[in-house]
Amino acid sequence: MPKSAVEVHNLTVSYSQRPVLWDVDFSLPEGKLIAIVGPNGSGKTTLLKSIMGLTPMSGGFVRIFDQPLDEVRSQVSYVPQRESVDWDFPARVRDVVLMGRYRPKNLLSRLSKTDREVADWALDQVRMREFSQRQISQLSGGQQQRVFIARSLAQQAKLYLMDEPFAGVDAASERAILDLLMQLKESGKTLLIVHHDLNTVRQYFDWVVLMNTRLVAAGPVEEVFTDANLQAAYGGQLTVLSKVADRVKEGGFPVREKKVKS
Amino acid sequence: MNNLLQFLSLSDPNVRMVVLGATLLGAGAGLVGVFTLLRKRALLGDAVAHSILPGVCLAFMVGQSKNPFVLLLGALIAGWLSLLAMDYLVRRTKLKADGVIGLVLSVFFGLGIWLLTIIQQSGAASQSGLDKFLFGKAASITSQDVNMFTWVVLGLVLVLLLFYKGFKLIAFDQDFARSVGMPVRLLEFLLSTITVLSIAVGIQAVGVVLMASLLIAPAAAARYWTDRLSVMLLLAAGMGIIAAWSGAYVSFAAPSMPTGPWIVMALALLTGISMLWAPKRGILGRSLRQWRYARKIALENVLKILFQLEERSGMAGKGYSRVSILEHREIEPGPLNMVLRRLKRKAWATEINSLWRLTEEGLTEARQIVRRHRLWELYLHERLNLPADHVHPGAEAMEHLLTPELEEALQRDLGYPVTDPHQSPIP
Ligand SMILES: Nc1ncnc2c1ncn2[C@@H]1O[C@H](COP(=O)(O)OP(=O)(O)OP(=O)(O)O)[C@@H](O)[C@H]1O
Ligand SMILES: [Mg+2]
Repeated sequence: MPKSAVEVHNLTVSYSQRPVLWDVDFSLPEGKLIAIVGPNGSGKTTLLKSIMGLTPMSGGFVRIFDQPLDEVRSQVSYVPQRESVDWDFPARVRDVVLMGRYRPKNLLSRLSKTDREVADWALDQVRMREFSQRQISQLSGGQQQRVFIARSLAQQAKLYLMDEPFAGVDAASERAILDLLMQLKESGKTLLIVHHDLNTVRQYFDWVVLMNTRLVAAGPVEEVFTDANLQAAYGGQLTVLSKVADRVKEGGFPVREKKVKS
Repeated sequence: MNNLLQFLSLSDPNVRMVVLGATLLGAGAGLVGVFTLLRKRALLGDAVAHSILPGVCLAFMVGQSKNPFVLLLGALIAGWLSLLAMDYLVRRTKLKADGVIGLVLSVFFGLGIWLLTIIQQSGAASQSGLDKFLFGKAASITSQDVNMFTWVVLGLVLVLLLFYKGFKLIAFDQDFARSVGMPVRLLEFLLSTITVLSIAVGIQAVGVVLMASLLIAPAAAARYWTDRLSVMLLLAAGMGIIAAWSGAYVSFAAPSMPTGPWIVMALALLTGISMLWAPKRGILGRSLRQWRYARKIALENVLKILFQLEERSGMAGKGYSRVSILEHREIEPGPLNMVLRRLKRKAWATEINSLWRLTEEGLTEARQIVRRHRLWELYLHERLNLPADHVHPGAEAMEHLLTPELEEALQRDLGYPVTDPHQSPIP
């Protein structure tokens, strides 16, 4: 059996007591292109963030390549949603891509020649080399997205977590980014991608994680991406679940009892 | 003039202390303020400046001395506590950040004023000189103060240099910084500490109320001039220093003038100038470009009219009166006179008996404009499938904008055409 790239165990996350991820539990294989699909506010961003340890979990745990995140951090690359940063920051395209080479280890030293070469290579990959000296506020949304992907490529990781890399990207760029992701997959990398366009899931992805606050299904596209599952994820509000969530919030209950084995 | 030279020579030891002190404060606050601004923490800086007061008072009461290092320690602790309090309240209550900032600011500041009153009533007030933390008193900067400022500013420059990459990363994209395992908490701690320190020394020159502008204005002004973080840092420090010297000079020339407020006035002026004059982002720079563009368009339009009149009449050499130019196309008579004068000055047109005619050079220029206009019409027609009667307005604007390279590219793309969609020749 192949090693698992990402293993999420009974993950529960809440914002000011209100659970937004509820007992999510799945395991994803290495070397696949995997989509995370679900309606707005279903917790996709939260899921990626908690895999990266960026939001506190109220329960459960995550393992990456069968190890805790801190052991393998340098092999994981995270691409936040484009809107999460202020693009009016005084930096040029290449500066941002070079940030992909920052490590705790080289925090105090200067970047090396290799780092610069890797950054240029990454810019080539997303066809943004000619923009490398451009101020980042002067980029279109799709170009900003490609800068973020270049920064991620510069990290030379084994696992990529990308939050909506196709958002605001035109058809040609989407194709180009997709080709890139395919290439990465061919070279054995694992890619976990938040995706919004249900029409292209079948065509682009090998695996899919369907979710709506709780996990609906996770598995190979042909098995899991069914009408019934889509209905479960998108159709019908989860009235009971959201009522319980509200109650949890009001009462200030802990979402899980500490020290109780599940 | 003499006055200025005397000031610049720094021969008066008193002046020297004030200038040196203010320079250090201005540079320090300018540098640190860049990160405060970029991390959108400007209001936080204001709150910290106010919250430092109780710390200074307590340090004075406990230590019974006005040793600047002891007071600085008190300031640092109080500033830090206020930051922690704000952080805690934002995370643990429903209050929004601005509400929390206002709350912490007023509670700490109120406490500080109360302590200050106690100190003053105890009689130690006159020698304590603590009110300089309230209103700032650059004129009373002593060599002991300058000594302390030097250490503080050296320290913060060192921290900035060492952790530059880390600070840049957390200012731009904190989630990403954490995702690569950067010690974000340590970096934030360091950044907050040097911010509190620079505020604690800064208020001694400009006072609590004006401190926020000493911190933010240099950075805001610097941002107008550059797109690079490193340059922005240098510029902000430079603006802080210029403002410091200006403030010191004003109170030197007119001794009744306070230094601190004049430093802030100078900063306001620098910021205003930057807003107006900065080449790319400044208001004037932008209007200047628009004005130049409008002038260019006006000139080129008249060139084109003269060319078309000649083309239409089918014979060269004849001149045209202002009236026939105005008939051909609606132009204000006033601007037309100006344009004609400019054409004459450039020797692109000559006037004989009030009849205007293009010279050889003028003809070349005009041909180029008409060529670009017609090329663009053809391009819209052929490549974008616009009907022939729809392509004129677009080309009217593009003819002024196309560069020689673009023109060549169009020529190549269209296969060096000879007529436009209206069957007029492309010159
Ligand atoms: N910082 C926050 N504080 C409080 N609630 C939050 C916060 N961030 C997200 N939420 C809530 O958590 C839920 C899940 O949000 P999340 O951003 O993970 O959704 P998403 O699936 O990524 O949505 P989208 O498709 O719109 O990007 C939403 O209901 C949202 O309102
Ligand atoms: Mg999201």
